[in-house]
Amino acid sequence: MTPRHWAVLLALLAAAAIGALGLRAGTAGSDAARRFFRHPTAAFAVGVLLFFVLIAVCAPLVAPYDPSAQLEIVQLQNRPPSWMHPLGTDLYSRDLLSRLVFGARVSLAVGTLAMLVAVSLGAVVGLLAGYFRRWMDGVLMRLVDVGLAVPRIFLLLIAVSLWSQLPLAILVLTIGLTGWFATSRLVRAEVLSRRELAYVDAARALGAPPARVILRHVLPNAVAPLIVSAALGIGSVMLLEASLSFLGIGVAPPTPSWGNMIADGKEQIATAPWTTLSPGLAIVLVVMALNAVGDALRDALDPRREAT
Amino acid sequence: MTAWLVRRCAAAIAIVFAVVTLTFLLIHLAPGTPFVPSDERVLDPAVVDGLRRQFGLDRPLGVQYVRYVVALLHGDPGYSFSLRRPIGEVLATTVPNTLLLSGAALAIDFLLGAAIGLYQAARARHRADVVLGNATLFLYSVPTFWLGLVLVLVFGQHLAWFPVGGDRNPVLYPSLSLLGRLGDRAWHLALPALTLGLVGAGGTARFQRAALLEVAGQDFIRTARAKGLHERRIWLVHTLRNALLPLITLFGLALPFLLTGAVLIETVFSWPGMGKLAADAIFTRDYPVVTAAALLASVMVVLGSLVADVLYSVADPRIRLGEGGARA
Amino acid sequence: MKEPLLRVRDLKTYFVTERGRGTARAVDGVSFELYPGETLGIVGESGCGKTVTSLSILRLIPEPPGHIRPGSFIEFEGRNLLTLSPPELRAVRGNRIAMIFQEPMTSLNPVFTVGDQIAEAAIVHQRLSRRAARARALEMLRLVGIPDPEARLDDYPHQLSGGICQRVMIAMALVCHPQVLIADEPTTALDVTIQAQILELLERLQAELGMAIMLITHDLGIVAGSADRVVVMYAGQVVETAPTPELFTRAQHPYTEGLMASVPRLDRPPAARLHSIPGNVPAATDWPSGCRFHPRCPYAWDKCRAEEPPLLETGGAGHTARCWLVAEPQRRMRRS
Repeated sequence: MTPRHWAVLLALLAAAAIGALGLRAGTAGSDAARRFFRHPTAAFAVGVLLFFVLIAVCAPLVAPYDPSAQLEIVQLQNRPPSWMHPLGTDLYSRDLLSRLVFGARVSLAVGTLAMLVAVSLGAVVGLLAGYFRRWMDGVLMRLVDVGLAVPRIFLLLIAVSLWSQLPLAILVLTIGLTGWFATSRLVRAEVLSRRELAYVDAARALGAPPARVILRHVLPNAVAPLIVSAALGIGSVMLLEASLSFLGIGVAPPTPSWGNMIADGKEQIATAPWTTLSPGLAIVLVVMALNAVGDALRDALDPRREAT
Repeated sequence: MTAWLVRRCAAAIAIVFAVVTLTFLLIHLAPGTPFVPSDERVLDPAVVDGLRRQFGLDRPLGVQYVRYVVALLHGDPGYSFSLRRPIGEVLATTVPNTLLLSGAALAIDFLLGAAIGLYQAARARHRADVVLGNATLFLYSVPTFWLGLVLVLVFGQHLAWFPVGGDRNPVLYPSLSLLGRLGDRAWHLALPALTLGLVGAGGTARFQRAALLEVAGQDFIRTARAKGLHERRIWLVHTLRNALLPLITLFGLALPFLLTGAVLIETVFSWPGMGKLAADAIFTRDYPVVTAAALLASVMVVLGSLVADVLYSVADPRIRLGEGGARA
Repeated sequence: MKEPLLRVRDLKTYFVTERGRGTARAVDGVSFELYPGETLGIVGESGCGKTVTSLSILRLIPEPPGHIRPGSFIEFEGRNLLTLSPPELRAVRGNRIAMIFQEPMTSLNPVFTVGDQIAEAAIVHQRLSRRAARARALEMLRLVGIPDPEARLDDYPHQLSGGICQRVMIAMALVCHPQVLIADEPTTALDVTIQAQILELLERLQAELGMAIMLITHDLGIVAGSADRVVVMYAGQVVETAPTPELFTRAQHPYTEGLMASVPRLDRPPAARLHSIPGNVPAATDWPSGCRFHPRCPYAWDKCRAEEPPLLETGGAGHTARCWLVAEPQRRMRRS
């Protein structure tokens, strides 16, 4: 790890800190933003997220080695943290810091994309069910009941056992397709509470087509819980991806993801604990930050609620 | 009330039925044929045909479906290719272990979580609340299996306070007395149940804190204070009793979490339960086992949420007694 | 002149606001007395501080963001309520001074029966056994005129109407025979016909039990019918105090005048435009300088803008008003 890499790392850290503080200062005019940053950990959480996103984006600049490169097979196997390898090396003599940095790309990307699939699908279903009601509501909500009855991991286990190792894109899609149920209920509830409001009736009386009424009048108000869902959703998908990778059915090696890094280090946890500690801590940090941001968003975007 | 109960049970049965249908469809519409042995041998087509006929896979889909459902109703979820035993048998030995683990974890989850949530709510926005809030945030965000690994490392290997895996001591168990056996089982149960329970408690505490604070802001709490009641009584009797209601709902939602966690924790701790069974079955592509486990898990979830709904309707007098008609 | 039962002196209750827009001085130096056996009406628009005043007496103000300033003094039975220790305060609440609130349906705990909630006060303050307390609760339900009280004991609040719930609240408040009953807008959330019943009930109970009632309301009609004396509040201060007949015939403060003129009357032509006081109640974070009513007052002159008037004796018995017009009555000319 050369001084240049340290410099890049520190620069990204500084950028994240400045970004978070700047965001707080820059949005001080907005009520919602003020409520958001009122949470003591909100600014810190934003900083943490910015840091990891920046690391993921600038991965090639930060990582001193190729994440798949097996350096000095014998000498560098399972070495503890040192100046050359700040996070140590793993079973296959790969630099852990580089793997962690590139793993950030995979884990964050999987988290965000799968969440987008889930939230979009959930929003669409919720909107349709809540607005059109009658048979569409009945059918869709029964589907949601079924989806919620099977614990998510079992659905994914079935998928994997039937189709063997899933390519990454299919994995993301499947995670997303198994995660929209709760969101749809949330959106449906919002839609139900708004569709009876006077202004929706007014729009309908004016002859506005259903799509227009939904998009312009109902959806904007359902956006707040969706955003909160999204923030919390990324966190839960990242945990899910880690779990799947740990079970051996997630992201396939040698592509590093934080989950499969923990799986790799599982066998030598007694002799080389650093191989599992750093990816685990990374997950914990990011998910904690996402949850903190989600909580703060919830208070910021819904002023009716008593901030707890 | 009874009408509602009947309807709710019917809905539960319908959901289970739908899950059964879904798993059936998944199995039969998935690409690839059944009978792919784990060692990837290419089987003689005649042998494959014979097996297909034997397992009734050459019949039309509808007939297979009916046979499948009938078999399930008789408690026969099929045959495991990799274990070469009826799945029913395998489940009979593994499911009780999972129930034991999940039950213990559930107890830790709710008792610890509700207590922490209450403590936080009573001291809202003070130092204790902030510290505990961060602790619960950590627990809520930590990957369950990773926490398990860390706890095994620290308490199992370094400190050797607990065993590193299994549900009993394989060598000593048969020769132990009843009390000894119970002790051994409990000692092995401690760490896995604690791991799963702690992670759950994080979420429960956060939820309970919010529920309590919501209740605490209500008018009737102000009335209780105006009556001259002690703060302790206001929290433990008036506030908590109301906040128990959402907790019951949370119990219904906790089951999917516990069963998911069971898959991971059982793998980490080599706990011989249904979760580990399913996880192991992935590698042999023994999908009948996986789907049977998934079905059973769904039944547990549906049952659990049914129980929660019934409990809630009993606990909330507004539902138990209905509107009763406003009497002027 | 009898000794006052409750004496509020210079009560100041401030709230810290969210945006750092300064402190909201919701109650800013309020003083009045409550005499035994009387009904004191405290009247004013929303935002004048009357509810905060009533909550301050029993120290029911949530401590952040609110706080009662030191220097405020509420004397009751020889002690300052604001400096009582928690156990001493609990012995007063619900026991010597009781309070009922505006929304009876939400002010009762939904998961406990009505009987249990009334009995609780008796158990806590009078150390009655559960059975004795239940009998007492039954007695109280009868006292407040609830039909079929034995059955109602085991009902839950959601099974009862608003009027019955308010009677239950009253029963709960009076079970320990308090000296003072503070009633914060007890009829606002109820139908007009039920309103009358509740007010009648309070009057009857006062005659039977002899307690003093502090009746907080925005409705002058209620004050006219039920109060012996009236305190008019505006912008966190008392602006006029008088016995009820005196207030309604010889109101001194322009705000009181305005309030009375705003009440629709049967003896005026129906087409006549309803009078309203121009302008809005100012924000508690930013009270106007001088007399707080001056921006809306038809008589204001430069002294009103510059100097805040104290409560001045108007000559009528027990009648004070916070207005420079009392000292300079010749200025009582409308500016157009």
